[in-house]
Amino acid sequence: MLEDTASPDGGVCIEIEGLWKIFGPNAEQVLNSELRTATRAEIQEKTGCVVAVRDVSFKVKQSEMFVVMGLSGSGKSTLIRCMLRLIEPTAGKIIINGEDICTYDEKQLMAFRRKTMSMIFQHFGLFPHRNVIDNVAYGLKTRGVDKEERYARAQQVIEKVGLKGWEEYYPETLSGGMQQRVGIARALANDPQILLMDEPFSGLDPLIRRQMQDELIDLQEELKKTILFVTHDLDEALKLGSYIAIMKDGEIIQSGIPEEVVTSPEGDYVRRFVQDASPAKVISAGSIMTEPDVIIYDWQGPKAALHLLKTSKSDHGFLVTRGRKYLGMLTEKRLAESLKDNGKNIREALEPDIATSTSDILLEDLFGLAVASKYPIPVIDEDGKLIGEIENDTIIGSMVQYKEAEGGDLETEKAPGKETETNA
Amino acid sequence: MLEFPEWLVIPLADWIEAIMDWVQATLGGLFEVIGDMVLSGLYGTLSLALDIKFFYWRIPAAGWAFVILALVVLLVVAAAFITWRKTHKVKLTAVLAVVLGIIVYSALFGLLGIEYFLLWLPWWLVVIAVGYAAWRTIHKWWAALFSAAGILIIGTFRFGSIGYWDLSMETLAIIITSVLISLGAGIPVGIFMARSDRAESVLRPILDGMQTMPSFVYLIPVMMLFSLGKVPAVFATIIYSMPPVIRLTNTGIRQVSQSVIEAAQAFGSNARQTLLEVQLPLAIPSIIVGINQTTMMALAMVVIASMVGAGGLGLEVLLAIGRIEVGRGFQAGLSVVILAIIIDRITGAMAASQQQNIKKYD
Repeated sequence: MLEDTASPDGGVCIEIEGLWKIFGPNAEQVLNSELRTATRAEIQEKTGCVVAVRDVSFKVKQSEMFVVMGLSGSGKSTLIRCMLRLIEPTAGKIIINGEDICTYDEKQLMAFRRKTMSMIFQHFGLFPHRNVIDNVAYGLKTRGVDKEERYARAQQVIEKVGLKGWEEYYPETLSGGMQQRVGIARALANDPQILLMDEPFSGLDPLIRRQMQDELIDLQEELKKTILFVTHDLDEALKLGSYIAIMKDGEIIQSGIPEEVVTSPEGDYVRRFVQDASPAKVISAGSIMTEPDVIIYDWQGPKAALHLLKTSKSDHGFLVTRGRKYLGMLTEKRLAESLKDNGKNIREALEPDIATSTSDILLEDLFGLAVASKYPIPVIDEDGKLIGEIENDTIIGSMVQYKEAEGGDLETEKAPGKETETNA
Repeated sequence: MLEFPEWLVIPLADWIEAIMDWVQATLGGLFEVIGDMVLSGLYGTLSLALDIKFFYWRIPAAGWAFVILALVVLLVVAAAFITWRKTHKVKLTAVLAVVLGIIVYSALFGLLGIEYFLLWLPWWLVVIAVGYAAWRTIHKWWAALFSAAGILIIGTFRFGSIGYWDLSMETLAIIITSVLISLGAGIPVGIFMARSDRAESVLRPILDGMQTMPSFVYLIPVMMLFSLGKVPAVFATIIYSMPPVIRLTNTGIRQVSQSVIEAAQAFGSNARQTLLEVQLPLAIPSIIVGINQTTMMALAMVVIASMVGAGGLGLEVLLAIGRIEVGRGFQAGLSVVILAIIIDRITGAMAASQQQNIKKYD
């Protein structure tokens, strides 16, 4: 997964340390007084200052999609703007590639914005007086890249986001989804190391939104940018994030991998948040699979196989090679028929049309597979080795179990190979 | 207790007189030079300086004129060439060359130069040019016809031995000079006002004052500084007509959506790039409305300014008042009205088409 691309200890791309943003006069006095620990409402009442971001710290690894989730007013938009210093933080450090950008002077900051980090906005923020290609090439223009190269590079990213043929159109003539594609292309044209996405899909229709999310996942697969993504939509956060931080009143109150946040929410706020989240969107095949009951090796004959099945409680078995490579599913019924026809080769007796799953497939996608056949779903790894099976009952059972365990003490087995990291 | 106390006096009038006396005494020379520049332009002022043996070696004025003219042509051609190479847009290049040419020519030869040029143009060319401009901006054939006919009608008027064609060109020359200077000063002030809240809070009441002050009042100080003639008329017109363009430049820039500016900044635009690449282009429709209003204010003022010697159509009105000649007054007044309608419709249509452009992709 994404963790593989980052080196084990290094590879930290963004590091935020004790970041504060307080709007209002005398913001620094609030920080240095005992009010520092007071609640947001108290501070506002006593000083008129509004605490937007309070002592936030986290790390984002290279090529990770880090999602900050929170409702409006939680400070997430302020946080993301601090990253580019569109809003000046009151205190704290923003360390990017080992440099604290809060110490940058004007010139360094401009270079940083032009090269290292690009932003995609909720309301697109496109330039209405420029056509698509000039919008996309804008970042390059501020850098002073000459026209031919600018257009050549803009053309490449326009094609990448699927806007070929729309270069000369003005933003107003495009649909919302297409406008946001322009926004994404404009950010990618700079080839930045880091992308900031401020609720990029919130303004779109649900159908378009889902499509854009899928495309973003594909794009990320290819580009492997470090992405800081802000959203108020839990489903979106769970779908996109490789790591999620939940914000409330300017603070990060919980962070972790998506499965962790949904299955073991800390505190009432997060619990209420995630209670509507469908477990089907986070629980993976790997976490509910069981050991296969019957394993039959391909050197065994059909008769031996039938015998094995009959003596076991199960009505099916998995045919594997010596290296446990998955070949197919055997059932009593098919084996018996095959023997009747004097079949010698066990491979001819395999049950047809059995779909397989991998351990990272989510529950919601398993439903379809479960309906398609009355037999369990085999789970294989990347090398095609059989690692487990999922009974249809288990799929329903895991949903029920989750609902019962809404109290928060559900123990879900972690997917193999997915280590839990504590970043924040 | 019923009457206002006599001892409570603020001698504002005396103070202002004193200030103006001081200004006239100490800066009179400066104003003389400025007035000279406006009247006869760089070239005129320079040739005047040559005539009074300002330079050690005397090059004939004609030679200087040739050199300056060559430089002007070179500048305009270079600007047009660069624009063409960068954008490959014929219309933009042509418009830029014409606008730049007018500005440079006006700066060189001043008010008298413009007046001389307008009178030098064949009358039928002016009629055709006005019709063409109306057609290109309003996109209606009848608008073109009415505009051309309007100018033609002004030309047919005369009173005694005075032809109204010459008078209207004289008036037009003062308007062009005043508007060019108003825009040259007003647009930068408007930009400055948009970028600083403090500047806006200081300038706003001043602009309000400038527009509410009875326009006759401006005639007094300009007459003091520039004596009688066309120059004080131009300055009074500038003061009266500048507020709209300042105001609308300011509003236009401030109206640019914050999210667009934020995007520009996020992509590393510095203050200059944000202004030139985003704020000004988006403020252009508003600025053109400002240009339209400024032009109309200038036209209104130029009639009043005839009292300090502006000449032109305004003088005809003034003379008609003095002699109670109804026909003459009405004839001159109608000429002003026709001129006003033509100028307003053409610049108004420019503003509307710009607005539509922006709306199309806002």
